[in-house]
Amino acid sequence: MPIDKFTTLTSTMIPLPIENVDTDQIIPARFLKATTKEGFGDNLFADWRYNKDGSPKEDFVLNKPEFQGSKVLVAGKNFGSGSSREHAAWAVHGYGLKAVVSSFFADIFKNNALNNGVLPVQVSEEFLQNIFAEIENNPKTEIEINLEKQTITLKSTGESESFDINSYKKDCMLNGFDDIDYLLNMKEEIVEFEKKLPNFTV
Amino acid sequence: MKGTTLFDKIWDSHVVKSIPDGPDVLFIERHYIHEVTSPQAFEGLRERGIKVFNPKRVIATPDHNIPTKNQHLPIKEELSRIQVETLKNNCEEFGITMYGLGHPLNGIVHVIGPELGLTQPGMTIVCGDSHTSTHGAFGSIAFGIGTSEVEMTLASQCIMQPKPKKMRINIEGELHKGVTSKDIILYIISKITTGGGTGYFIEFAGSAIRSLSMEARMTICNMSIEMGARGGMIAPDEKTFEYLKGRDFSPKGEQWEKALEYWKTLRTDDDAEFDKELTFDANDIEPMITYGTNPGMGEKIVGNIPALDEVEESSRTSFLKSLDYMGFQPGDKLEGKKIDYVFVGSCTNGRIEDLRMFANAVKGRKKADDVVAWIVPGSKKVEKQAIEEGINDILEEAGFELRQPGCSACLAMNEDKIPAGKYSVSTSNRNFEGRQGPGARTMLASPLTAAAAAITGKLTDPRNIL
Repeated sequence: MPIDKFTTLTSTMIPLPIENVDTDQIIPARFLKATTKEGFGDNLFADWRYNKDGSPKEDFVLNKPEFQGSKVLVAGKNFGSGSSREHAAWAVHGYGLKAVVSSFFADIFKNNALNNGVLPVQVSEEFLQNIFAEIENNPKTEIEINLEKQTITLKSTGESESFDINSYKKDCMLNGFDDIDYLLNMKEEIVEFEKKLPNFTV
Repeated sequence: MKGTTLFDKIWDSHVVKSIPDGPDVLFIERHYIHEVTSPQAFEGLRERGIKVFNPKRVIATPDHNIPTKNQHLPIKEELSRIQVETLKNNCEEFGITMYGLGHPLNGIVHVIGPELGLTQPGMTIVCGDSHTSTHGAFGSIAFGIGTSEVEMTLASQCIMQPKPKKMRINIEGELHKGVTSKDIILYIISKITTGGGTGYFIEFAGSAIRSLSMEARMTICNMSIEMGARGGMIAPDEKTFEYLKGRDFSPKGEQWEKALEYWKTLRTDDDAEFDKELTFDANDIEPMITYGTNPGMGEKIVGNIPALDEVEESSRTSFLKSLDYMGFQPGDKLEGKKIDYVFVGSCTNGRIEDLRMFANAVKGRKKADDVVAWIVPGSKKVEKQAIEEGINDILEEAGFELRQPGCSACLAMNEDKIPAGKYSVSTSNRNFEGRQGPGARTMLASPLTAAAAAITGKLTDPRNIL
């Protein structure tokens, strides 16, 4: 199934200056009972976002009027640690986010995000702190992410960094390809490979 | 030429194709699935109109979202019931073996794989669950994947992953009495943080690791994900072979001999190099407890929560937020803190040795009146063995009850939830905010430390009850 294409993006940002945001915060386990990929965006950060009665917590960043419609989440280091649940990536995607910026990502979340057309952008800790400071100054400050050039730029100050992504995944993101199409085209090669493996099973 | 690591040997022999400046296409020998992370993957297969590549390599068990009482009755909660039924229907449609609720081989996916002999040295193993790293204890490459990758593996028996870097963690020396493998892994994570292993695949080695039983080794590998590592592994040895011999799906007869010959080659060469190597002294490790909201926030139980000036400046906001959630202050003494719940179970510590350890510690004692305790075996086999060994009777006499197998309060997807604000000493793997229920306050520990807390109703050095 094709994923969303990603080329360049200019957007305001949602700041979440908390470290080690784990996937249980991104989408708590009790919301994992669905058998489809839809609807997870409504429960993104559910326990931080809603009161017990389901009303929004006014002081949580996703509920602040100035951050509505942003397509980029900026979070403290080690974002997405913990569980392998892809529901976390579906929640981020379902909320309408196209990219997550942090100074460090957990591996599985990074893979899951890429497999759903959400771009994880790893920046230096210093740049991350500058982004937080700029948003603090002006919540409407914008970031530009250019995947082709692998650059991320703060529009207000012009400060820019390049970010890493392997060329295979970059190509997938730019074109909206997914891994399964690639693997299905290798089927015969895989069948032959399997025959050569040691097999001790009864 | 330099020697190679155990990790390299297994990884390289499973690469179907390497994509330049991209991932490797890695062949997967064993794929475990469960009800929570597989339905969307099967839906994907249906949308594409394709079959499962090799159903014989896939084993299914419902575990995450099932009750731990009255498993013979239909699941009450509708969404949970639908999810478990969906797994059953998908397995029937695609020809996959499933050990359903109540089946004698059912249990937590990372408990049944090893106990059935499905997990073997040298294999590549995946599951849509981060604690798949457990299986690395057998000298296999095992790691958790997302649902897109579950779909990939069902469709092609391969996944696409960049080869991780390699780290070796050595634990040398003799462990103190009362120190378990859970304490070793909590100690390591407290030293290197929850991101310290990110990007790496870890081999655990050293005399203290070699001295551990297979089940204790599984506890260590299980939690390698909690330091961010892709997975953890331990080279197979006589203990591994002894454990596997005669299990339901272990090789038999001539095949066993052939397998053994191959498995014995699975070790890191003496001159192999790692990208990173750490060594810890077993002598420095004491019974551990976590005080915060990630598994790296751990301390020896006889110690104190760090004072604010001991925490890196940039991390102080997160540290205080975490302590605020836990209802603790920086510098607090840990021993003596009152607790409300005890949970013994999960893929980390829900095996027979864990239940034995707990039962031996509470034998002839009584559970504290104000503590609620849930003792949940990791599988039907563990449950059966616990009953046969009389563990059940010991527990009952001490005021505890053995429930039915499942993931239970480790992630609280079922009704086993710790209430908001309550303190839980848990043998599971994660103390994240809300992990055991909204507002629940989790403190991770070994079954022994959990026993000490269950008896006294407060955090207690388990060495006091040995």
